Amino acid sequence: MSFPVILGVLVLLTILGFFVGRSRAMGVVGGQANQLHSRPHYYGHFIGAWCAIPGVLLFLAWVALETSVIESMVIASLPPNLANLPQAEMNLLINDIVNLSRGDVTSRAVVETDVRAAADFYAQLKSSSKTLLLAITVVLALAGMLFARARIAPDLRARNRVERVVMIIMIICSTIAVLTTIGIVLSLVFESLRFFQKVAPTDFIFGLEWSPQTALRADQVGATGLFGAIPLLAGTMLISFIAMCVAAPVGLMAAIYMSEYAPAKVRGAVKPALEVLAGIPTVVYGFFAALTVAPFFRDTGIELGLVISSESALAAGMVMGIMIIPFVSSLSDDVISAVPQSLREGAYGLGATKSETIKQVILPAALPGIVGSLLLAVSRAIGETMIVVMAAGLAANLTANPFEAVTTVTVQIVTLLVGDQEFDSAKTLAAFALGLILFCVTLVLNIIALSIVNKYREQYD
Amino acid sequence: MNDSATNETQAGTDAAGDEKVKLLSRGVKVFYGDKQALFDVDLDINENEVTALIGPSGCGKSTYLRSLNRMNDTIDICRVEGDIILDGDNIYDKAVDVVHLRARVGMVFQKPNPFPKSIYDNVAYGPRIHGIATGKEELDGIVQTALEKAGLWTEVKDRLDAPGTGLSGGQQQRLCIARAVAVSPEVILMDEPCSALDPIATAKIEELIDELRENFTIVIVTHSMQQAARVSQKTAFFHLGYLVEVDETEKMFTNPSDERTQGYITGRFG
Amino acid sequence: MTDATTMNAVSGSGLRKSHSGDIVKASLKRRYAAEKRFRAYGIAAILFALSMLAILFSTIIGKAVPALTQTMIQLEITLYPQDIDPDGTRDPDVLSTANYRKLIRQAMFDLFPDVTSRRDKRQLYDMISPGAVFTIRDQVLKDPSLIGQRMTFQMPMSDDIDQLNKGAIRADLPESERRVNDKQIAWFKRLESRGIVETVFNTTFFTAGDSREPELAGIWGAAVGSFFTMMVTLLIAFPIGVLSAVYLEEFAPVNRWTQAIEVNINNLAAVPSIVFGLLGLAVFINFFGMPRSAPVVGGLVLALMTLPTIIIAARSALKSVPPSIREAAFGLGASHLQVITHHVLPLAMPGILTGTIIGMAQALGETAPLLMIGMVAFIVDIPGGPLDPSTVLPVQIFIWADSPERAFVERTSAAICVLLSFLVIMNVGAVLLRKRFERKW
Repeated sequence: MSFPVILGVLVLLTILGFFVGRSRAMGVVGGQANQLHSRPHYYGHFIGAWCAIPGVLLFLAWVALETSVIESMVIASLPPNLANLPQAEMNLLINDIVNLSRGDVTSRAVVETDVRAAADFYAQLKSSSKTLLLAITVVLALAGMLFARARIAPDLRARNRVERVVMIIMIICSTIAVLTTIGIVLSLVFESLRFFQKVAPTDFIFGLEWSPQTALRADQVGATGLFGAIPLLAGTMLISFIAMCVAAPVGLMAAIYMSEYAPAKVRGAVKPALEVLAGIPTVVYGFFAALTVAPFFRDTGIELGLVISSESALAAGMVMGIMIIPFVSSLSDDVISAVPQSLREGAYGLGATKSETIKQVILPAALPGIVGSLLLAVSRAIGETMIVVMAAGLAANLTANPFEAVTTVTVQIVTLLVGDQEFDSAKTLAAFALGLILFCVTLVLNIIALSIVNKYREQYD
Repeated sequence: MNDSATNETQAGTDAAGDEKVKLLSRGVKVFYGDKQALFDVDLDINENEVTALIGPSGCGKSTYLRSLNRMNDTIDICRVEGDIILDGDNIYDKAVDVVHLRARVGMVFQKPNPFPKSIYDNVAYGPRIHGIATGKEELDGIVQTALEKAGLWTEVKDRLDAPGTGLSGGQQQRLCIARAVAVSPEVILMDEPCSALDPIATAKIEELIDELRENFTIVIVTHSMQQAARVSQKTAFFHLGYLVEVDETEKMFTNPSDERTQGYITGRFG
Repeated sequence: MTDATTMNAVSGSGLRKSHSGDIVKASLKRRYAAEKRFRAYGIAAILFALSMLAILFSTIIGKAVPALTQTMIQLEITLYPQDIDPDGTRDPDVLSTANYRKLIRQAMFDLFPDVTSRRDKRQLYDMISPGAVFTIRDQVLKDPSLIGQRMTFQMPMSDDIDQLNKGAIRADLPESERRVNDKQIAWFKRLESRGIVETVFNTTFFTAGDSREPELAGIWGAAVGSFFTMMVTLLIAFPIGVLSAVYLEEFAPVNRWTQAIEVNINNLAAVPSIVFGLLGLAVFINFFGMPRSAPVVGGLVLALMTLPTIIIAARSALKSVPPSIREAAFGLGASHLQVITHHVLPLAMPGILTGTIIGMAQALGETAPLLMIGMVAFIVDIPGGPLDPSTVLPVQIFIWADSPERAFVERTSAAICVLLSFLVIMNVGAVLLRKRFERKW
C-alpha cells in the first residue's frame, strides 16, 4: 500500500461520483435534461467535488503529519533509558530506527533489542497508517457521494456551485506563490534568529574573518569558529563585478547590433544562438570554468609572470559574465525595441546617422530600462551558485585582486549544508543567515529593477 | 527674417523667370515586398512653395513623401524605383549620402515625436550632430531662431531645460518643426502634421507653414482638403498608388480636370 | 530679450546661411568613421558571445567523445566449483557472495607467469576493474550450469588502463607523473599483442548507476532520478500555475491584494535558486520530516521555483487571446468559467505549454537547490520511485566534476552532453509547438 495507490483509489471514486451524479440528475427529471437548472454533467462534477475534496484535504494533512506523528509515537514507546536522550542523540537514534525498519545498515555496531523492537513498531505503524488512510479516504468519499446525491434536485444550481468550487481552488492556487515567499522569509528569519543566539549579529555583519569550523568536542581548543560575513560579501561583489564587466558591454552591444543593425537573417540565426547560451545549465558553466577557463588563466598568468590562482575570481567572474550575456542582451533588446519608431524617424529625419541616433536618442530614451535590466543581471550574478561552487575558492580572502581566490555567499551556503550536518550547530544555521542576506540583497535589487522597468514600459505604452 | 537667404532665393527665382523646380520626380515606383504601393509618379515640386499631397487613406501619398528623403530606407522590405532629382542630383544615386540628404530634406511626422530630452536639446540635436554650430553661443542663437521660426520661442523661452515631452500636443509638434528647421534644410516634408492636434493648434501650425515657405520648400501630406486649400500653392491628388492630378491649388479645388479628383474633393469617396 | 537683440542673434549666429548642406558634408567623414566603429563594437560583441559558445561546446563535446568507448579484456577463466560453490548447493546466496576475485587474479597470473612479487601481482590485478567480478557473478547466477567450465569473459579494465589505451595518459611522461607505471604499460602492451584487449562501445555508461570506479559509473540512475523529479515538478507546477494564471488574468479584481500577488510572483521569479533549496531544507525536510535525497522533495522545490515562470507565461498566453472571442462567447450566454474553459484556455494552451516546457527545461538543469536537500548523496542503486533516494543529472555532473579520477572528466563531459541533448529536445519541442499553433489575430 502506498500513497499513489491511495490517490488512485480516490480518483476512481471521484470518477464514479461523476457518473452517479449525472445519472441521478437525469433520473430526477425523467430524462428531460432541459428541466434541470444546469446541464447534467455539472451535477456529475458536483458529486465529484464532494467525493474528491475531503479526501484530498485529508490526504495532504496525512502526508504532512504522518512522519512526525509516527516518530513521536515511536519515541513514546521507547524504554526510559532511550526516551530521555539529548536531542542530537535522539535524532541519530530515530535515523537508525528508520533505517533499520527499511532493512538498511545503521550507525550502531550492536543493535539493541529495544531499538530493534522500536524499528518493528515503526514499520508496523507505517503500514497501518497507510491502511487507515485508505479506509478513511474511501469512507469520506462515499459519504460525500451519498450526501451530495441526496441533494440533487432539478432546481439545484449545480453549475454555480461547481463554478464557485473551481473559483476557490483557483484562488488557493494563486496564493501558493505568496505562501512560497512567506515560507522562504519565515524559514530564513527563524533559522537566522537561532543563529544570532549563538553568534552576535554585529560579529556576523561586520566581522572581517570567516572560518566556520566549530569545535567537534566541547573540550577542543582554539576552534570556536569565526562568522564574519564581510569577506564573503566582498568576494561576491568582486566576482559579480567581473561578471558585469563582461556581460554589460557585450550584452548591450549585442542587443544594439541585433535590434538596430542586423539584417533579419542574421538576427534570426544569432538570437537563438544567444538563447542557447542562456539555456545551458549553470553546472555546465561551472565545469567549463573549472576545467578550461581557470587553467587557461593560470597558464597565461605564468607566461606573463603573474601569479593567478587556479581558483581565481577572474575565471569564475568571466564565465559567469558569459552566462549573463544573453540575459542582458535579451532584456536590453526588449527595452530598445520598446523605444517608439517615431523617435528613430525623428532623428533620421534630421539626418542623424544610425550610431548617432542610437547613442543620442535611443539609449538615453531606453536608459531607465537598461539600468533596470543591468540590475536584474547583477542580482542574478549575486545569486548564482554552481559556477562559483565549482570554480571559485573556499578560502575567505578579503581582497580586491581578481587573480586571487575568493569565496562567495552562495559557495559558503553550499559548503556549510552539503553533507550530513547536525542541524542545530552554528555552522549550519550560519548558512541560513547567509541565505537571508542573499535573499534581502537580491530582493531589493529586483524590486528596484522591476519598478524601473515597469515605469519605463508605461512611458511608451 | 533672414536677409541673405531671402535674397539668394529671390535672385534664383528671378533669374529663372519662373518658379524654380526644387524636387523633380520621374517614374517613381515603390514596392513593399511584392506589393506595389506607388505607380509611376511624375511630380515637380517648386522651390519656396507649399505643395500639398492629398488623397484617400492608403493612396500612397505618405509613401511618396517618405521616399523624398529616403525615409523608406529604414523599412527593410521597401524598394524604390525611378528618379527623384533634388537640385539636379538623383537622390537615389549610389553616390548620394543619405545622412547628407536628410540634412537637406528634413521631415516632420504625423505624431509629434520629441526626444525625451529638454526642449533646448531637442532643437540643438540636429545642429550638434551635423556640427553646424561652432560654439555654445552660436548654438544658442540657432535654437532661438528655430524656436522663433516655429512660433514657440515666447512660450518656452523661460523653460528651455524642461523636457520636450511635457509640452502640449500642438507645442510638441511646433517643437518638432523647430527641430527640423534648426538644421536649415532646403526642403521640409510634413506627414499630416496636424492630424493629432486640436483645431487651435492646427491653425497655429498652418500659419507657421505659410511663414516657413519664405525660406523653405515644403511638401505636406494632409487628410484635410481645407488644410490643403489654406496652406498650399500646388496640390497633387493621389489615388490607389497613382498620381491622378497635380495643379495650382486654386484650380484644383474649383475646377479639377479629373473626375476622380472631383469625386474626392466633393466628398463622394475618401 | 528685445527685438533688436533677437535680430542681432539671428543675423549674427542664427541660421546664417539659408542651408547647411556644405557644413554637413564636411562632417560626414568623421561621422561615418564613428558609425563604422560603433557597428564594429556590435559585431565584436556578438562574435565574442558566439565564440565562447563555440569554445564551450567544442571543449565539452571533444572531451565527451572518449567516454563512448571502454577498454575491455577478453579473459579466459576457469570457474572452479571449489571456489564458487564448494558444497554444490547452487544456492543464489552462495553464488552471489563467492570469491570471483580469486578466479580473475588466477587468470591474470596465468597470463603472466613471470610476475611473482606480491607488489607486482597486486599491480597486475589492479589493471582489471574491480567491477569485473560482477560480470562473472551475473553470468553464473543466470546460468549456474557454467560452473566448472572454462570460458572467456569480456571484462572492463581499470580506468587508468582505459585512459592509457585512449592516449589520455601518455607513456612518454616520466613515471612519477602518471598513474600507470612502466611495468603496467609493458604488461598492457603484452596483453594487446595477444589480441585480448579490445575497445567497445561503453554501454555501462548509459545503463548503470553511479560508482566510485569511473569504468563502472553510469548516468542511468541519475536519469531516472531526473525523470521522477521532473514528473513531480510537472504534476505540481503545471496545474497550480495554470489555475493561478487563469484566476489572476481573468477573474481577480484589481485591488491591492492581487497587485501584491503580482509583484510577489515577479520577484519570486528572480529569487536565487539556492534560496529555494534552503526553503526545501527548512520546511520540507526539517519541518515536515520528508525524506532526504528523494525526488519527491526535489520535485516540490523545483515546482515552487518553476511556478512563477509558468504563471507568467500562462498569463501572457491568456492575454494574447483577443477580447472579441470572449465577447462572442459571453454574447451567447456562456458563464465566465465556460468562456474560459471552452474558448480562452484551448486557444491559450499552446502558449501555456511552451512556457511550461521552458520552465521544465530550467528545472531539469537546476543543481543548487537540490544540493541543499541532500540529492548530492552517493547513490548506486537505480531509484524505483519518487520516494527512493536518488540524484539527478546535473547533480551527477557536479559530483563527477568534483572527482579526482581523470576518467571522470570524460564521463562528466558525456553526462553534460546527455543533459544538453535532453534540454535541446525540450526546447526544440517548445519552438515547434509555438510554430505549429502560432496564431496571428
